[in-house]
Amino acid sequence: MRDHLGRPLVAVTGIGAVTSLGFGLQDNWSRLLAGQSGIRRITRFPTDHLKTTIAGCVDLPEETGGETFTSPMRVERMAGFAIEEAVTAAAIGAKGSFPGPLFLGMPPVEVEWPNRFDLARQAGSPSYAAMTGASAGRHDIYETFLFGGVGERLAARFGTRGAPISLTTACATGGSAIQLGVEAIQRGECDACIAVGADASVHAEALIRFSLLSALSTRNEEPEKASRPFEKNRGGFVMSEGAAALVLEDYDAAKARGAKILGLVSGCGERADNFHRTRSNPDGRAIVGAMKNALDDAGLEPDQVSYVNGHGTGTPENDKMENFGMRAVFGENAPPISSNKSMIGHTLSAAGALEAAFSLLTIRDQRLPPTINHDEPDPNITLDVVPNVARDAPVKHVLSNSFGFGGQNVCLVLSGEPA
Amino acid sequence: MIRRDVVISGIGLVSALGEGPDAHWETLSVGAKPVVDEASYAPWTVHPLPALSLDTQIPKKGDQRQMEPWQRLGTYAAGLAIDDAGARDLVDDMHLIVAAGGGERDVPLDEQVNAELANSNDTGSRLNELLATGLRPTLFLAQLSNLLAGNISIVHGVTGSSRTFMGEESAAADALRIAHARLSEGRGEIALVGGAFTAQRWDMLLLYRGQDGMWQGPHKPLSERPVAGQGGMILGGMAGFLVLETAEHARARGARVLARLDAVASDASRRTAPGDAAEAARALLPRVAPTGVDAVISGASGAPEAWAEEENFLRGLDAPVRRPANLIGHGVEGAFPAHVALAALALSRGGFYAAMDPADAGEAAAPSRILVTGFGQWRGEALATLSRAEKN
Repeated sequence: MRDHLGRPLVAVTGIGAVTSLGFGLQDNWSRLLAGQSGIRRITRFPTDHLKTTIAGCVDLPEETGGETFTSPMRVERMAGFAIEEAVTAAAIGAKGSFPGPLFLGMPPVEVEWPNRFDLARQAGSPSYAAMTGASAGRHDIYETFLFGGVGERLAARFGTRGAPISLTTACATGGSAIQLGVEAIQRGECDACIAVGADASVHAEALIRFSLLSALSTRNEEPEKASRPFEKNRGGFVMSEGAAALVLEDYDAAKARGAKILGLVSGCGERADNFHRTRSNPDGRAIVGAMKNALDDAGLEPDQVSYVNGHGTGTPENDKMENFGMRAVFGENAPPISSNKSMIGHTLSAAGALEAAFSLLTIRDQRLPPTINHDEPDPNITLDVVPNVARDAPVKHVLSNSFGFGGQNVCLVLSGEPA
Repeated sequence: MIRRDVVISGIGLVSALGEGPDAHWETLSVGAKPVVDEASYAPWTVHPLPALSLDTQIPKKGDQRQMEPWQRLGTYAAGLAIDDAGARDLVDDMHLIVAAGGGERDVPLDEQVNAELANSNDTGSRLNELLATGLRPTLFLAQLSNLLAGNISIVHGVTGSSRTFMGEESAAADALRIAHARLSEGRGEIALVGGAFTAQRWDMLLLYRGQDGMWQGPHKPLSERPVAGQGGMILGGMAGFLVLETAEHARARGARVLARLDAVASDASRRTAPGDAAEAARALLPRVAPTGVDAVISGASGAPEAWAEEENFLRGLDAPVRRPANLIGHGVEGAFPAHVALAALALSRGGFYAAMDPADAGEAAAPSRILVTGFGQWRGEALATLSRAEKN
């Protein structure tokens, strides 16, 4: 089957997910529908002197009682878990031999403090010159922190084809990974691919960096109440970890092999902002453009969208602009919007992929996940945010928004299987 | 599906040899000497960046302050490419793909923290305190990988779309491959793609040193390094940005075309046995150059295993080869686009370059088709071909 632009339809045939709510897609979805929060006090490392001491941490089973892993190792484990679940669900290829490429959305990584301390000790000097001398033969450091390292190891493990693409578009990363996969199938480069978004950036230095941008909630005393998208007393986002993987396939090829179709990625839209490093242009042009481009790409009119999975970070600025953008695109009859981030926090590079996954389950179950912590409405947020409690609704097409620092905006349209 | 021709209409090129097409053509066509700094990072030689007139491309001091040198370099070179293409009024719908590496650490702060804590038992609480008081608020965004693209949007107004690829040499080759494919299939008319790398940085030297692929000591010709039983890579600061557009779009606006970008192909062999990477590149060759090439610009970095693989591959080609890394070093994410820019430049000038390394043999008076190779220092094989543009 072809879409309105004559391109092959892109089906989703396998999904995997891990967040602070748990390992596995179905567990996560049940907890989201139940309105549970995965935000907790951080226990993995000391939080003295930090303004924010809460996060949506994913604690890996391998880490209990032992040394904690570096960020790239954690990204690799979580992405690996999600890919394994997705590929198993799709029942495609053979073990260790996936018949298509890998698109990996992940955060930038760099040599971390334990490595630096280790090298400085060995060198007997704190200087970079001495540490560089001491790093002779440290293939472990090199391969762990190369930007291409995680992608290469995942590509080797799952036997994907061609050069793995690792990418970052800040908070839109997961959406960009899916978009790249969709485009590869549409242009006939492959019949199937894996798109994954993963993040594991919760460590002290990252928390301090985001705190210096005044981006994080400091509601440390009530962790599960800290992420309050679209609510009057919202005070910033909550950093979180997680991963989601989607197996994308040419719809006809998937049907021909008898695969179960979980839904379609029917449109992708992007638009960059040039206003400011961390804020949208007050005219909303870029986020409105990204939403409209996604609808155009899907061949849909705004009134055909039943629900929006919002970017909804819980920063005062984002939610205000998202409300504005929604009104500009949808007018008076804007569909309901809710934020998964109210429960799992902002999983950064993983968010776009996780939210696409949950959008597909929203269509499957015809049930909207809530925005929790909606205690006091913000008079400036005029949308139906599905406050606090999940509800049934007919859902055919979902728009999923991802807006990133640095002005990188990606919107996806997820749809049910064509009748 | 439609397939449209894609051309290169602008290049933004900065290397140790200077900036811009004229500086590079004038030195490289007659034969250039390597530009090196052997002292500042001894025993690691680097190819330093030239002084940049930042104000010409990043006019607001406030913008300059919001970036560390790596972002400034890339933003600067992106502006050079847009100017070279005469495309300032086309930035609204220009698509952008950047190949990014990691941004700068605050080296004095890291060393101060190391001095206090490397031998301490309290590396948790005290580390938090030192970082919370020591980290500059502007540093995070000024070194964040996707903010090179962000700054190109902010400073130059490029807003069609924005993507940042990561993964060393491969990231740049795939950025070019995907930008080319998107234009070719009708997703937009014009795109900006490229990468930048700064070599004068201890944090990068520390990372790349771990593989033992780096050359120690004063500069020695690239082709003579890998035989000495140690690494052969000397890092070089560089940036390469390319304005790509559909041939039709370029023709319609009367743009000067430097070259046609025929094809870009990439792979990533696991390199488990000698010959794997060479074989992967050989398999890509028919996809980019079914009828052969007249000349080659090699992406050889000097990393020993990749060097052997590429030499193996090049032996099967009957064409003169040039190895820029001898003169300007290895520029990781900046290398492939800088080398493609050099190929476009030669095609536009109707000539080729003098030998860049003692191993560079053969002459090509006026090549019609040039192959650019990229063998990643650890992973990744990529090839691109460019052809002389038809007169328009």
